[in-house]
Amino acid sequence: MQLIGILVIVVGFIMKLDTIAVVLSAGVITGLLGGMSIVEILNTLGSTFTTQRSMALFLLILPIIGICERYGLKERATHLIQKIKGMSAGRLATLYMFIREIAIAAGVKLGHAEFVRPLIEPMAQGAAASKYGKLDEKTEDDIKAMAAAADNFGNFFAQNIFIANSGVLLVVGTLEELGYTVDALSVANAAIPVAVIALIFAFIQNTLMDKKIAKRYEALQKEGAK
Amino acid sequence: MSNELLLEIFYVVVGLLMYLVAFNVFRCKENQARIGTTLFWAILGTIFVFGSYLPGTIVGILLLVIGVLTATKQVKHGKVNAPTAEFSAEKAKALGNKVFIPSVLIAGLVICIAKFTNFSGTVAIGIAAAITIVITLFLTKADAKTVASDSDRMFQAVGVTAILPQLLASLGTLFTAAGVGDVIANNISNFIPEGNILIGVSAYCIGMALFTMIMGNAFAAFSVITVGIGVPFVFMQGGNVIVCATLALTAGYCGTLLTPMAANFNMLPVALLNIKNKNAVIKYQAYVAIPLLLVHIALMYFLGF
Repeated sequence: MQLIGILVIVVGFIMKLDTIAVVLSAGVITGLLGGMSIVEILNTLGSTFTTQRSMALFLLILPIIGICERYGLKERATHLIQKIKGMSAGRLATLYMFIREIAIAAGVKLGHAEFVRPLIEPMAQGAAASKYGKLDEKTEDDIKAMAAAADNFGNFFAQNIFIANSGVLLVVGTLEELGYTVDALSVANAAIPVAVIALIFAFIQNTLMDKKIAKRYEALQKEGAK
Repeated sequence: MSNELLLEIFYVVVGLLMYLVAFNVFRCKENQARIGTTLFWAILGTIFVFGSYLPGTIVGILLLVIGVLTATKQVKHGKVNAPTAEFSAEKAKALGNKVFIPSVLIAGLVICIAKFTNFSGTVAIGIAAAITIVITLFLTKADAKTVASDSDRMFQAVGVTAILPQLLASLGTLFTAAGVGDVIANNISNFIPEGNILIGVSAYCIGMALFTMIMGNAFAAFSVITVGIGVPFVFMQGGNVIVCATLALTAGYCGTLLTPMAANFNMLPVALLNIKNKNAVIKYQAYVAIPLLLVHIALMYFLGF
C-alpha cells in the first residue's frame, strides 16, 4: 500500500506536474498509508528539511558568480578558449570529467555550483562559439547538459577509489554488519575498472555530441549559402 | 568557532538573502504572482533564519503552504536587474583574466579549508564565499547595490529548485519511516529464482539502479538491496563479497543519473545553468548510464566469480 506514494512521484514527474507539490503529496500519502499520523508526517518532513539546510549553502556562492558574470566572466572565458587550438566543447567536457575523477579519487570535491557554472560551462560554450559564431538555444542546452553530466560522471564513478569516501565507508559498514570482514583498500581497488570504463563511455558520447553540433551548423551554413 | 555555530550563521545569511528577494518581488508591481512569490521567499527565509528554533511540525505546515503556492502557479520569476552585453564586454576588456580570480578562489578555498582544517565541507563553502565576496568587490569595485541586485537575480533564476534537494531528502526519511524499503525488497526477492548466478547478479545490479531511482539516493538503496538480494542471490552463490558489493553501489549510481529524485545532481544543474528542458541532464546521462549498468552486470559476473 505504501508504494502508492512512489506511483504518485513517477506519474507526477512524467506528467511534468509541479515538482514541489508532487513530492509533498507523495510524502503525505505514503505517511498516511504507512500508518503515521498527520502530525508525525509534518514533523518528519519539517525536521528533516531543517537539518538538511546545509544542502542549500551553495546559494552563498551565487551572488559572487552573478557579479563576475556582470563583469565579463563569460566574455573572457570565450576569449581565452579561442586561443587554444583544437579545443571543442566535447573535449573540454571529457577533460573536465577526467580532472573531476582524479580530484575525487584524491578526496577533493569539485561541483556544479563551484566549478561547472562559473568555469567549465562558459568555456565549453566559448569553444563552440569560437567555431560556429552565435549559438542557437538547442546547441547551448546540449552543451550545458554535457557539462553538467561530466561533473556527475566523474563524481559518481571515481569517488569510491578514495578510501575515506562515504560510499566506501558505507560498503565496509554494511558488509561488516552482515558478518563479512572487509578492508577499505580492497573496496577502493574494486572501484577502479568502473571509473575507467565510465570515462571511455563519456569520451565517446561527448565526441559524438561534437560531431552532431558540427553537422547542425554545416547544414545551417549550406542553407545560408543557397 | 565551531562547525555548528558557523553553519547557523550561514543559514541566517542565506535566509536574509531570501528575505531580500521577497522584498524585491513585493516592490515589483508588474509581477502577476506578486503576493504568492513574496510569500514563497519570505517563508523560506523564515525557515532558514529561525529553523533551529521552530518545531518540526510548524516547518512541515510551512512547507505545505509552499506546496499550495507552487501548485497553484503563484510563484513566478519577477523583474530582475540583468547586466547588458555591452557592460559585460567592456568590463571583460578592462579586468582581463582577473575576472577569473573569484571563481578559482572559491574552488581553491573550499578544497583547502575542507582538507586542511577541521571545518566540514559545507562550512568550507560558507567560509570560502565570505572571503571571496570581499575580494570580488575589491576587484570589480562593484557597490553594495550590485551585490543585492545580483543576489536577487541569481536566486530568482534558481527559483523553487533551490529547495528541491532538501525536500527530497525529507521525502526519503518519510519513505523509510513508513517502511517503503522493506516492502520493495520483500517483493523483489519473492520472484527471483535461486541457483542461477547470472540472474542473481542482474537482479542485484538492476535492483540497485531501480531502487536508487525511486529513493533518489544510492546509499539508502544499498543496505536494503544488499540484504534483500545481494546476500541470498549473489554472496551465497560464492560471489566475491567486496567486488560485488562495490559494483552494486556504482550500479546504483547509474540509477542516480536517471532520476529527477536525485535533485541535487540532476535538477539543480538545470536551474544553475538555466537549461530550458527540465530533463536535459538526465536525457544526456541516459546514454552512458544504461550501457554502464549492463557493464556492471558483466563485471560482477566475470570479476566477482
